Amino acid sequence: MLLKIKRVLTLVSNHQKDETAEEEEGEGCGRNILSKCCINGERLPLYTCKPAEENVTFLESVLLGEWEDRFQRGLFRYDVTACETKVIPGKYGFIAQLNEARHLKKRPTEFRVDQVLQPFDANKFNFTKVSPEELLFQFEANMPLDADNSPRVVAINVSPIEYGHVLLIPQVFDCLPQRIDHKSLLLALHMAVEAANPYFRVGYNSLSTFATINHLHFQAYYLAMPFPIEKAHSLKISTTNDGVRISKLMSYTVRGLLFEGGNSIKDLSVAVSNASVCLQNNNIPFNFLISDSGKRIFLLLQCYAEKQALGEVSSELLDTQVNPAVWEMSGHMVLKRKEDYEGASEEKAWSLLAEVSLSEERFKEVNTMIFEAIGCSGEEEEELEEESSIRVNCCT
Amino acid sequence: MSITQSSASLFTTTEEEKEGTFTTRYSLWIKEALDELPHSFTITDPFISGHPIVFASPGFLKMTGYSREEVIGRNGRAFQGPKTNRRSIMEIREAIREERPVQVSILNYRKSGSPFWMLFHMIPVFGNDDGRVIHFVAVQVPISGQKMRNGSGCSEMVFGSCRREVCLGSFVHQERALPVECDEQELENWEHCEASESEKLKSAEAVGSVLSVLTRYSEFAGRLVCGKRNCLRGADCLSSSLVISLGRIKQSFVLTNPCLPDMPIVYASDAFLTLTGYKRHEVLGQNCRFLSGVDTDSSVLYEMKECILKGQPCTVQILNYSNRKDKSTFWNLLHISPVRNASGKTAYFVGVQMEASCKDIESKELRPETRQLSVVGAVRVAVRSSFMVTC
Repeated sequence: MLLKIKRVLTLVSNHQKDETAEEEEGEGCGRNILSKCCINGERLPLYTCKPAEENVTFLESVLLGEWEDRFQRGLFRYDVTACETKVIPGKYGFIAQLNEARHLKKRPTEFRVDQVLQPFDANKFNFTKVSPEELLFQFEANMPLDADNSPRVVAINVSPIEYGHVLLIPQVFDCLPQRIDHKSLLLALHMAVEAANPYFRVGYNSLSTFATINHLHFQAYYLAMPFPIEKAHSLKISTTNDGVRISKLMSYTVRGLLFEGGNSIKDLSVAVSNASVCLQNNNIPFNFLISDSGKRIFLLLQCYAEKQALGEVSSELLDTQVNPAVWEMSGHMVLKRKEDYEGASEEKAWSLLAEVSLSEERFKEVNTMIFEAIGCSGEEEEELEEESSIRVNCCT
Repeated sequence: MSITQSSASLFTTTEEEKEGTFTTRYSLWIKEALDELPHSFTITDPFISGHPIVFASPGFLKMTGYSREEVIGRNGRAFQGPKTNRRSIMEIREAIREERPVQVSILNYRKSGSPFWMLFHMIPVFGNDDGRVIHFVAVQVPISGQKMRNGSGCSEMVFGSCRREVCLGSFVHQERALPVECDEQELENWEHCEASESEKLKSAEAVGSVLSVLTRYSEFAGRLVCGKRNCLRGADCLSSSLVISLGRIKQSFVLTNPCLPDMPIVYASDAFLTLTGYKRHEVLGQNCRFLSGVDTDSSVLYEMKECILKGQPCTVQILNYSNRKDKSTFWNLLHISPVRNASGKTAYFVGVQMEASCKDIESKELRPETRQLSVVGAVRVAVRSSFMVTC
């Protein structure tokens, strides 16, 4: 039985149609649609990581320069910098934005919320249908190009949450569904590392957590503020054989794990992708946030879509039309209604996200699964005293 | 990893300027006075690109094993390393961004590469007359992790304690002291190392001493500083965090404020000063028209003015007059755009200059037009998070 859910639609491409409408495109060039012949090395800038040098701002320059170009050409549905934004007073500093244009009119839609993995459907909108102008550049990490030369591209999100909001689409022509594998996560991690900017974060939403499109992609944007989740304390649980430290988030409204360290970028990526693959194979919805220039990855679990479909969420929360995807879970909330923005408080943000979060028991069960998949002990350290705050505000 | 392995020397002509401004602010004898203090501390200047250290005490140099030349001009991040706690790094970064004090235990690395735990205590120092952050003072107190009694004979024990991983096989409960004969490998694996009460007092005392020297000497120089912000920062004055963000952008650009009379320059990048040959104090507060001259096309000026009034971006080619030694003119491919802040309203205009002769240079990497727009983008990101009042 398909569960019905009121999902608030957002467009990420100017060529994205209503999912319930008939798709008639896909016929090749001349129709302004992305086909293999439209991407070639010369027309689309190719950006490759430089292994030895520290090229701190180059990726940032390409991304910002191309994004600003599309911005001035009017390819975005609205000017996101004209949307008022503020930090909500409180301990964590949740960030709220008033953005009436991002989410389109709410309407019911048939949407499988009970499946984290769903097969690619060529009839639905996917990234081979975007206009070439929405592509910014190809991105190849320190990985050998595939034999079939399947490009990994970076495209704009035409309904940006913040300036610089892009989509990283690995192997765009392979039409992979939204699911994590080792290679794709490593690419996303490389992008964060290469950007070398703690305010450029890369995020992933699995299908049951309000991913908009079932075509493998990651999102990223710039916001020069800390996210609340980045301030949360964590308690170390374990370390993998490759030196990846896994901690549990403490005193944050959403339950999740923090992965950091590792002897190499690859080690960190493998730990998180093993965990993600385990979750998606067990049909457990999750998101992750790559933060701190690729040094910290937050793996978050949620159950909002299912709760919503079963009618277990209050109507006040539903009325805010917030889709709790990775950005919201990290503490960046885009609000559609002025009254929600004006009345935004830390308590409200906290309780909305608490609705999203797993229960402690369920979280423990999921943790056990994850640790088995990663291959290390999931037992928490015996001294379970919560790490007390080490920050002292001196007032001299 | 030693910081001396990093890139090129920072000693350009502007370096002398940087050193000079420190003594100008506090008077000529400030360095000697600071050198007499026994504490380990550094002073950084957020208004210099890269937010570098402009003064390092002998105590700091002794503790880290670096020479003065190796430290001046470097950012404080240079002393962090692979096992430094990321959250602590974030705490410091955010305290700088919010212009407030912070006290945090953190793992740092000496020149030899060996790690050590210290209590990092940083405060902003404000200009008394304009309310902006002039410097940050950071004090470093090594954490010994040994049991100590507080001097007054109180029965309560004060201690420093460090916590090691359980899987190393030994575990220290928080109430017992840890004898510090553990090897450095283990130091790096510690999750956290809490400073003792006496170490925290030490840091507060050190901060107080440094601040009092700075205050006294700034008074001599007639430009008083203090530990608290005594007046609201003026509209023509950018926050130090915005200045730090803008300092990452290496191209020539300026920010002007359309809400102030005659739309003055409120920020000018180092590259702008090099391109035009002017000094920073000569351009701040001025309208950009000083770059125009006799042969500058007035219709181009008119076009720019129209775009500014309409709040639209534009690109023009304009003849500018430099103040370089040869007083040469140059063709400037100038791009102007309004920039909004968090309120959603226009707070500044950004002007990005490109010398026309550079435009045709074969760039293997980034097209000049893209590079110019990337400056606009970077400025937008920086200004977006700055919460200043607009007109």
